[in-house]
Amino acid sequence: MPPTPEEDELLDGPIPGLTSAENDLFLKGDVAFNDEIFTPQTGLGPIFVANSCGSCHPGDGKGHPFTTLTRFGQTDSTGNKFLAMGGPQLQNRAIPGYMPETIPSGASSSKILPPANTGLGFLDAVTDAAIIAMSDPNDTDADGISGVPNWVNVPAYCQLRAGAISNGGKYIGRFGKKGAAYDLLQQTANAYNQDMGINSIFEPIDTYSKQEVDPEVSNATIHNVVFYLKTLKAPLQRNKEDVNVKAGKNLFISIGCNKCHKEELVTGHSNISVLSYKTFYPYTDLLLHDMGNALNDNYTEGNAKTSEWKTPALWGLGLSKNSQGGNYFLMHDGRAHSIDEAIKLHGGEAEQIKLNYQNLSDMDKQKLIQFLESL
Amino acid sequence: MKNYFILLIIYFASSFIHAQNDTGKVTRSLIDTTKMQLNMDAVYNRPFLQYGKIPVALGGYVEANSNYMVTDGITDGLSFQMQRMSLFVSSSVHRKIKFLTEIEFEGGTKEINIEFAALDIQFHHLLNLRSGIIMNPIGSFNQNHDGPRWEFVDRPISATQLLPATFSNVGFGIFGKTYKPNYVWAYELYLTNGFNDNIISNTENKTFLPATKLNPNRFEQSYNGIPLLSAKTSLRIKNAGELGLSYMGGIYNKFETDALILDKKRRVDVMAIDFNTTIPYSNTSITTEFAWVFIDVPETYTQQFGKKQHGGFIDIIQPIIKKKMFGFEKASFNAAFRVEYVDWNVGVFKETNANISDDIFAIVPALSFRTSAQTVLRLNYRYHWQKDLIGNPAVRTGGIQFGISSYF
Repeated sequence: MPPTPEEDELLDGPIPGLTSAENDLFLKGDVAFNDEIFTPQTGLGPIFVANSCGSCHPGDGKGHPFTTLTRFGQTDSTGNKFLAMGGPQLQNRAIPGYMPETIPSGASSSKILPPANTGLGFLDAVTDAAIIAMSDPNDTDADGISGVPNWVNVPAYCQLRAGAISNGGKYIGRFGKKGAAYDLLQQTANAYNQDMGINSIFEPIDTYSKQEVDPEVSNATIHNVVFYLKTLKAPLQRNKEDVNVKAGKNLFISIGCNKCHKEELVTGHSNISVLSYKTFYPYTDLLLHDMGNALNDNYTEGNAKTSEWKTPALWGLGLSKNSQGGNYFLMHDGRAHSIDEAIKLHGGEAEQIKLNYQNLSDMDKQKLIQFLESL
Repeated sequence: MKNYFILLIIYFASSFIHAQNDTGKVTRSLIDTTKMQLNMDAVYNRPFLQYGKIPVALGGYVEANSNYMVTDGITDGLSFQMQRMSLFVSSSVHRKIKFLTEIEFEGGTKEINIEFAALDIQFHHLLNLRSGIIMNPIGSFNQNHDGPRWEFVDRPISATQLLPATFSNVGFGIFGKTYKPNYVWAYELYLTNGFNDNIISNTENKTFLPATKLNPNRFEQSYNGIPLLSAKTSLRIKNAGELGLSYMGGIYNKFETDALILDKKRRVDVMAIDFNTTIPYSNTSITTEFAWVFIDVPETYTQQFGKKQHGGFIDIIQPIIKKKMFGFEKASFNAAFRVEYVDWNVGVFKETNANISDDIFAIVPALSFRTSAQTVLRLNYRYHWQKDLIGNPAVRTGGIQFGISSYF
C-alpha cells in the first residue's frame, strides 16, 4: 500500500493539539478550500483568475505561474486610481461568452505569485507591539535596514486584534506580498471576490458588473476557510542536525540574512489555544523593506512604497517545488528559478547582504542553500 | 415519466418471474461464444430467459464488490458497494423488428438510468434502422460493458472518466453487417442528442465528457438543437481479432437562446480505436481501446479545462485452469493484468511552456474465477499514480478489490 509521506514533507495538515470541535471546523474549511470548485452555475466569474482556492495554492503550498495574479492601478499611498476600471486586480479569464479584463492604459502593474498558506495563524497572532519593536524606520542602528509596517485601512467587517495599535486611524497589515491585508478574513473575502468572482456579504461588489449582488458563498464557509488557514500547521524543518545545514544556518546569520528574515517570533493571545503565546520559526519580520529598483514594479498597496515588499516567510521554502510542478518560482512574481537567483535579485536595503552572499565561496553558498532548502 | 416506465418494467419482470414456477416452459439463451461476434452485438448477445413462446425475454446482471483502498497512507477502511444492477427486456415484435431495453441501478438507487431502449427494424442485413435511446458506439467498452464479461472490478478509467461510459442518447440511425466465411464487417451511423456545457463546467475541474450526463433533460431535448454524429466501423477476421474505428462529434455548447447569440459554436470531437483478440493455443485474450478527445475550449477560459485529451487501456487475460471445478462444468481460473492511462489535459502552460499534467497511470493485476461465462468472482490489486494539473508529486492510491458479477 502507498505509505504515508513523512510529516515534514507535507505542508497541509492541522496544528497538533486542536480540540475535536476545532478539528471539525478545520475539516470543513479544508473541504471548502481544496475541494469546492466553482462553475458558472455556482457563481464563478464571470471574470476570474482561478476557479477554486486550491488552484492557486496546491497542497497549501506556493502557487504556479499558471495562477499568477496581476494587480494594477496604485503607485503611492494616496490609493488606487483605477478602481472604477477594474482595479486592483486583473481578472484575466472569463467564463464562455464573456471577455476578460485588460489592464487599462496608463496603469502600472505587478505580477504576484500566490504564496503558501502554512502557519498563517501564527503570523496572525503576533502582536502589533512585537512587529513595531522589530521596525527601524529611521535606521537608528545604521545597518542599512529600515523595516516599516504597512499601515492600512481596516474594512468594517474585520475585528481589530486585542492590543491593536493605530497610526492615524490605520493599522498594521500583515498578509499579502505588500502586507496590505489586515487579517485572514479580509484576505479570504478578497480572494473569493477578486480571484474567483465569488461575492460574499463581506465583499459584495461583483468584479464584472461593479454592482452589489447577492452573496455566492455563505458566511459560514468564509469563516471555516479562515479557521482552516489559521490552523494549518507551520512547516517543519528537515535535516536540522545535518552538518551542512547547521553550517548554512550560521552563514545565514553571519552574512545578515536574519536581519529581515527573523528566525523566531512569538504569538500573543489567541482564541485558538494552540496558537496562544507560542514561539515559532517563520524567518520573517512581517515588515516592508525597500528591495531596490530591480524589484520595483511601480505598483503598490496600502502605505507601502512601490519598491517595498513585505519580508516573505522562508519556512516551507524547500518544499516549494512540490507545489510548483518540480520547479522553483521564487520572489513576488516567480521570476527566480533557483534560490541562488532569488538571493541575487535582492537589492535596496538587502544590497549589502546580497554582496556578502556573493563573496562566499561556492561551498559556503551551497551550505547556505542547503539550509534554506531544509526549511 | 421515466420512473413510471421503470416501475412498469419491474412489475412486468416480477410477474414474469412468478410465472417461471413452471420451469419446464422457461428457456435460457446463453451468450454466443462463437468467434464471429462483434462488440456491437453485445447488446443482444446476453443470456435471456424466455417463457414459452411469449416473444419477450428477460435478463440482467448484478455487480457487487468490496474495496480497501489507501491513498498516500490514508484509508477510509473497508467498504462494500452494490455497484450496479441492470435489467434487460427484449421483445420480438416481428421476425425483423426487435426491441431491447436496459435499465441500470447504479450505487444502490443513487442513479437510475435507461441505458438503452431502442427499436431495431431490419430491411436488409446491411440496412437496419435503430431508434430510441441508443448507446453511442464510441470505442468498444461503451457497447460491451456488462460486468460479467470483465475480469476487473472497476471499469477502465478511460472508458468512464475520459469517454462517458455508459453513454446513451435519444436519436436514430442505421447499422448493418455482412458475414463472409473468414470475416465479418459492420458499420453504425447515428444522429442523437449530444453533449452540453457541463463538459467544461463541472466540479471535476477538468474537461470531463461524463459530466454531460448531469443534464437531466438530455433524453427529452437537444441542448443546442444540433445533433451529435456517431459512427463506427468494425472488422473481425477469423483467428485474428476484431478492430473497431469510431468517431463521435458535434457542437456541445449553448450558442444561442431565443435567437440571441451567446457564444460561437464550439465542437467536441472524439475518436477511438479498439481491438480484441484471442491468441490461439495459449488462449490469451487481449482487449484494448484508446481514445482521443478534441474540444474547442474558449481561449479566455481557464487552462484547467484541456483542449485535448487521450487515454486507453489494455487488458490481458490468461486462463490458467479450465475444467470442472466445485461442481461447475465449465469453470475457469484466470490471471489478468490491466494497464491504463488517461491524460485529461494534453498541452503546455501558456505561462511557462511546461507540460500540463492532470493524468493518471494505473496497473491492476487480477485473479478471476469463472463458474461459467455468465458468472465471475474477481480479486484485483489496484495501484495508481495521479498527478495534478501542475505536475506535482503524484498522489498514490493502492488497494485490494473483491467483487462478484453475474448475469441472472
